[in-house]
Amino acid sequence: MKRYIAKRILWMIPIVLGVTVLVFTIMYFVPGDVAQIILGTNATAEELATQREIMGLNDPYYVQLFRYMENVFLHFDMGESYITGLPVVEQLMARLPKTLLLAVMCMLISVLVGIPLGITAAIHQNSWIDRTCMILSLVGVSMPSFWLAMLLVVLFCVQLRILPASGDSSFIHFILPTIAGSFGGIATQARQTRSSMLEVIRSDYIVTARAKGVPERSVIYKHALPNALIPIITVIGTSFGHMLGGSMIIETIFSINGVGTYIITAVNQRDFPVVQGGVIFLAIAFSLCILIVDAIYAFVDPRIKAMFTSKKGGK
Amino acid sequence: MSVKDTGSVKKKAKKETQFRIVMGRLSKNKTAMLGLYIFLAEVFIAIIAPWIIPYDYAYMDYMNLLSPPSATHLLGTDAMGRDILSCLLYGTRYSLGIGFAALLLTAIGGISLGVVAGYFGGTVDNIIMRCLDVIQAIPSMVLMIAVAAALGTGFVNTVLAMSIGGIAGAARLQRASILNIRNMEYLEAAESINCSKVRIALKHMVPNAFAPMLVSFTMGTASTIVSIAGLSFIGLGIQAPEPEWGAMLANGRAYMLDYPYLVLFPGLAIMITVFALNILGDGLRDAMDPKLKD
Repeated sequence: MKRYIAKRILWMIPIVLGVTVLVFTIMYFVPGDVAQIILGTNATAEELATQREIMGLNDPYYVQLFRYMENVFLHFDMGESYITGLPVVEQLMARLPKTLLLAVMCMLISVLVGIPLGITAAIHQNSWIDRTCMILSLVGVSMPSFWLAMLLVVLFCVQLRILPASGDSSFIHFILPTIAGSFGGIATQARQTRSSMLEVIRSDYIVTARAKGVPERSVIYKHALPNALIPIITVIGTSFGHMLGGSMIIETIFSINGVGTYIITAVNQRDFPVVQGGVIFLAIAFSLCILIVDAIYAFVDPRIKAMFTSKKGGK
Repeated sequence: MSVKDTGSVKKKAKKETQFRIVMGRLSKNKTAMLGLYIFLAEVFIAIIAPWIIPYDYAYMDYMNLLSPPSATHLLGTDAMGRDILSCLLYGTRYSLGIGFAALLLTAIGGISLGVVAGYFGGTVDNIIMRCLDVIQAIPSMVLMIAVAAALGTGFVNTVLAMSIGGIAGAARLQRASILNIRNMEYLEAAESINCSKVRIALKHMVPNAFAPMLVSFTMGTASTIVSIAGLSFIGLGIQAPEPEWGAMLANGRAYMLDYPYLVLFPGLAIMITVFALNILGDGLRDAMDPKLKD
């Protein structure tokens, strides 16, 4: 078990290095002069040349790449914003709690609503309950979350005037962003839970349990659900990771000062160290989510546990 | 020679029946057919858009700025006096056009990478898979934003931004389904009669491993359409005055408190399209699932 997790952690290192190379390369080939972005259009040719020299922009690609990697991984330094001059890592860390709060709340709501919805639909397969749940969740999957966010603002902030339209200073401010961000998640969880429950319900051990006279409730919750949980956990994990990135647009709509707003503002200002740093940062966060999912997997799924506790070990 | 002919005839007949079975099952699924009809209707609208829109999408009616839905402007006008219905109808070209182009690129890239990785295996497989791991370690929306930020706005750049993440997913899926059929007898047979590797890959592997891809492509196009709107909404992707639905939402956002219809209609258009593709995808998956044959 420990070996499995250690292996997974080690495996993250090349991935994160790869992501850094990829993102650096994408940003490196962006047309446009960095010195010009920093100094503005009034700068003279000499000033631009000096700026390029100071920033090492005249060095070849691989020199710049290694310098960047060294800074990121040895000094935890992702450079400074071209616009504000503030260190990127510091800014990202300062904004992370708000992004995390939003992502965690969205995840909680989608799990707490989505899984029971999926179970209900699966138990009543092909009845009107099932159909209603599934049509609702299809609508949920199909609705762009940023559009839902705007509709919620119109309804709750303009028509009913009961919730604030923007800001991030209190818990109340997070209600609408959470609803907007979790709607798609609820739908995804419900669909995944329903299909994996249906798969499990058809298996022989469920028939056996029913034949033994086990009450239906415990057939569902003790026999079926734990076995159906494994694919559900994957969906939860990956969608949490996607939520970290996907709630970017929602953050901007509700003016939540999180990582997403930071990156999107930077994109529009062509502030590349921030975009680069932000993307790498989110990729690391995402990889950590996947890692946690794998660890939970090993914990819930006896088959994986057995693979690493047996003498032969190794995958 | 005659044996070979019978073989190919039999194979052809079998293929057709399988296709017919899937289509037959699909046509019994009313929801999926609804999705298919909505989708086909939108494709039709996208093709004939320039001839059916009541006003040119760029035409600004200065006498009717921000006018609510009325007889002259069925869905109202925006802050520049542009007819929203015309923009919406014309906008199908962008959403579906980019969606299709991205799908095509994703399919070509994903299938070829997947086949190469799955069929040849070994070091090639390892290198491809590790590259895919890296690409997939970045949340899809974040990757799209990064690529779009680097490439800039416009049709082609948006298509590229949409496909890069998609290719990784498609390649992984294709590889998995290639590995599934890797040891089938018909491949061994093809190898034993000295078929070239390229021929085996293109003629035998791709068609046989295609079924699971079809469902994922349908669903993928649905999520691509949402992403296009998302990118345009934050100022990347397609920008005003082009009537892309996400760009329309972004423009309407400033006025939505007083004129909610500005954001209502483009959002509905996105939702209906995505909904149609999703129910079609669901239907296709059920129709192709051998477990649900009854």
